[in-house]
Amino acid sequence: MTVTPAPTVTKPLLEVRDLRKKFPISRGMFRAPTEFVHAVDGISFEIAPGESLGLVGESGCGKSTTGRMLVKLTEPTDGQIVFRDGDYERDVAHVTRSELKDFRSRVQMIFQDPYESMNPRRTIFDTVSEPLAVQKVGTVPEREARVLELLRLVGLTPPENFLFRYPHELSGGQRQRVAIARALVMNPTFVVADEPTSMLDVSIRISIMELMTRLARELQVSYLYITHDLAVARYMCDRIAVMYLGKIVEIGPTEDVLARPRHPYTKALLSAVPVPDPSYKRTPVEIKGGISKAINPPPECRFIARCPFAADVCRNNPHPPLEEHGPNHQVACYRVDEIS
Amino acid sequence: MTVISVEDMSGRSVDPRKPLLEVDDLVMHYKIKAGEVSAVDNVSFTVHQGEAVGLVGESGCGKTSVALSLLRLLPSNAEYISGQIRLDGQDLLQLTDNEMRARRWKDIAMVFQGAMNSWNPVYRVGDQIKEVLDTHFRGEMTYDEQRQHMEKLFAAVGLPAEMLDRYPHEFSGGMRQRAVIAMALACSPQLIIADEPTTALDVIVQDQILKELKRIQHEMGMSIIYISHDIAVIAEVTDSMGVMYAGKLVEYGDTADVFARPKHPYTYLLLKSTPSITGPRRQLAPLEGEPPNLLDPPTGCRFHPRCPFATEKCAMEEPPLADIGGGHRVACWHYEQVPDLEEALVR
Amino acid sequence: MSVGQPVKPETDETLHTSPSIDELVGTGPVVATPLWRVRLRLMRRSLGQNWALFRENKMGMVGLVLIAMFALMAISHPILMATVWDPAIYHPLRGHHAVVQEFTIVEEVTDETTQIELNEARIRLNPFVDVGEVVRIPTQPAPPTLTGEYPHLLGTDNQGRDILSQLLFSTRAAFFLGVVAALTSVVIATTVGSVAAYFGGWIDGGLMRFADLILLMPILPLLIVMSAAMEINMVMLGVIIGILNGFGGVAIVLKSQALSIKVKAFIDAAKVAGGGDWHVIFRHIVPNVLPLTFLYMMFGITEAIAIEATLSFFGLLNVEMSWGLMIHFAQANGYLLSGTTYWWLLFPAGLAVTFMAFAFFLVGRGMDEVVNPRLRAR
Repeated sequence: MTVTPAPTVTKPLLEVRDLRKKFPISRGMFRAPTEFVHAVDGISFEIAPGESLGLVGESGCGKSTTGRMLVKLTEPTDGQIVFRDGDYERDVAHVTRSELKDFRSRVQMIFQDPYESMNPRRTIFDTVSEPLAVQKVGTVPEREARVLELLRLVGLTPPENFLFRYPHELSGGQRQRVAIARALVMNPTFVVADEPTSMLDVSIRISIMELMTRLARELQVSYLYITHDLAVARYMCDRIAVMYLGKIVEIGPTEDVLARPRHPYTKALLSAVPVPDPSYKRTPVEIKGGISKAINPPPECRFIARCPFAADVCRNNPHPPLEEHGPNHQVACYRVDEIS
Repeated sequence: MTVISVEDMSGRSVDPRKPLLEVDDLVMHYKIKAGEVSAVDNVSFTVHQGEAVGLVGESGCGKTSVALSLLRLLPSNAEYISGQIRLDGQDLLQLTDNEMRARRWKDIAMVFQGAMNSWNPVYRVGDQIKEVLDTHFRGEMTYDEQRQHMEKLFAAVGLPAEMLDRYPHEFSGGMRQRAVIAMALACSPQLIIADEPTTALDVIVQDQILKELKRIQHEMGMSIIYISHDIAVIAEVTDSMGVMYAGKLVEYGDTADVFARPKHPYTYLLLKSTPSITGPRRQLAPLEGEPPNLLDPPTGCRFHPRCPFATEKCAMEEPPLADIGGGHRVACWHYEQVPDLEEALVR
Repeated sequence: MSVGQPVKPETDETLHTSPSIDELVGTGPVVATPLWRVRLRLMRRSLGQNWALFRENKMGMVGLVLIAMFALMAISHPILMATVWDPAIYHPLRGHHAVVQEFTIVEEVTDETTQIELNEARIRLNPFVDVGEVVRIPTQPAPPTLTGEYPHLLGTDNQGRDILSQLLFSTRAAFFLGVVAALTSVVIATTVGSVAAYFGGWIDGGLMRFADLILLMPILPLLIVMSAAMEINMVMLGVIIGILNGFGGVAIVLKSQALSIKVKAFIDAAKVAGGGDWHVIFRHIVPNVLPLTFLYMMFGITEAIAIEATLSFFGLLNVEMSWGLMIHFAQANGYLLSGTTYWWLLFPAGLAVTFMAFAFFLVGRGMDEVVNPRLRAR
């Protein structure tokens, strides 16, 4: 995919504004929780029609929670998720139960583990046609025809041979293809892909990535591609958003972020990625320690404890806002210009 | 009387030309209901003193089976068919179970995949390391000596001594893996086998752990065998590497050499399908097909059904792992046809 | 790149050796084959695979053979009654036959079944008999007789009724009771367990506390008290045991199983597909706890049979005839006090209870290996 400039004329497909999710830490049955994990803490971003945004970060940074909120598997604590699809425009953060079914036909999800994302007791036909069945779309023969069409589309040929197999009869790569077919069976405009290739072997991973890119182009699907692997994000996404402890610290066009990271965390993340080239000399990682949990976090910059550039300005001010530092490239750091 | 000390280890003399572990024509099968799985077939390689060797391959290629074979920790349905595993010239496969138990951990230690499962959640980490010392140095170390030794081990892997008295759940993922490494070092082994030591860790922590292992390797004159599915990790930390496919070692050589001039089509395609964040954004080439069923592996070269260079000969005759110069060994009839990687990468 | 290692065992990718489906659906467009037919074939295939697994388990097969024998016994009773057995003699409840037996008159009885005391013989027969004479007296209970016009292979009870007939007749009731109890408990437990696991929160809390309560209640004393208050017949007993099991222990076990399924990604996938709560529960959670359910069904049958025998033994059930009741008769009339002399009154029924419970238990253990792949020998 080529790098598309961020949308200016068309209205974005998805607008996320100040999205938050707090998980209470339970202190027993009858006591109201006083401590909260701020899994996602006021993030905002947009996704243009047909664009793919990569959400990267370490485990526990809130990227999966964000993805789950966008498909309404997790209720947001606060914020807006405005989703537009043709005439459809809703703040899906606040849809009612009856409106949810309509939304479900437009937004789908691909899960990480191909071994767990399919009911082992249902055939591939049942799995792929499930969205059609629960939304009561078409007759059974029509559904069958649609499933066959999709299986062919995702490269499971001849599709008749896969229709009535069970998941355990398929390899990991084939299962992930089925998962993609299921996600696309309703013709959605937006798909959240949560680490869809991280459990696959390298050789299979590439073919799944290629398949997803091709389908995005052909079917005009936008992805929110959640991954911990920056190298994979490079091949799947037009733009990348880097998350750290519930905050987006940097967002910008993929190649730009990879070549010219501005936030100290992004820099550290990039320099820690192993490179498949023994002769490559990496810049040493400057930050220390590991990621912790954002339990009732203090107001100042989330990264302050691990940041090698932390100064008074960081300590005396709240978490820095995302500000433009280059074309479409936003960074949340007070000292961007000083440190680069 | 102190039997071992971390200081002794750092003073160990290392001759990088001297072989420490020699694996010769190792053949190992798993017996399952449906038949025999040819999990490791004719694998030979040598680990020299102070050397880091990597074994890379996809799941099911037999790399973990090789690691477990070296320690003789295979499940009961596994059977050694032939071959030798010589540590300092002595064949480990000839030892009795008791002799092997004594040498395990003392001479070869292992860092297991998934640090979470390596610890028993109900005992303090220090007590679990102490147990290893108790087993191998029964009555030879006083409690104070043990404690001192463990504190030094923890210091060596960058953990504060007071963490010895903590329970595994109080450790973060990275710290837990450091503690696993400390435990592997407990009896100052000559060789550590690290099976996916950083899988399930985040990149920054992975980077820290790999650096730690590298430092320990150099400072203590240790040999390490890395087992990984991640060819980038292998590139980072190893001196020599072997590529495994379907139970076979298909290419072996100096890491820099293998990466610069992959000569087995599988290695070549593997490198071409590995995304990287550096360099130009190149076209990735998917590897068609799926790994073979090892109950009934393909005849001839096991890679031939997926190989773009395959000829009739590949389906008939099995290529030997032949030296093509400078210790670079390749098991392919047509290795000369494999193009240079750089050309393909730039495209 | 750090998390990318598949969690499955190394050999998984290369080892699936399940039979091809091609012969099931053919290679042509499947649209021509009706869906229900394909499903039927798939079901048959999966049954076949499970049967193949079960067959390898010796314990399970022994259990199955035993159950088959009991089934034959159950079937044979009406057939025998219709053909060779005279209802007047052999009816398990109303039949009567006093077997004429030979007794030796002695001074002091050492064997009640073949000897009679002189005084008693003089009172019962005539005052002129003497020690050493052999007399013929109609008796009940009578030990097994293999000859004569009306042979009693397992003897008769104290009312002159044929023991074998009672034994065969009761088999049907035992099966019936077991199935009622098992079905009731399984339906309740599956629903309760799945609902509690899926919704969590106060629904889970309420159901599970109720389960604890039932679990703490001793079933047997409870049933004894209940039988004092009302007449309990076989159906009611089955339903009561089923309810107690279904809301109690089995529900807790199935809930924990359902919990492990609830967190799987396919549940999320079903929700994203638009599936409602009940769709998720009955299409995704229940089918995945069902195998375990069958397992507990087997153990449930075992328990029900044992409880029935106990209650009948104390004469607390309103049933015409059952194995437990047979032992009860023997006990109530004092025949158990004379050791094994009247063995035919005790052993056939006792062994039947033991073996039937044992058989279902064995089948349960055999199914355990089918249901829990981890127990499977490689």
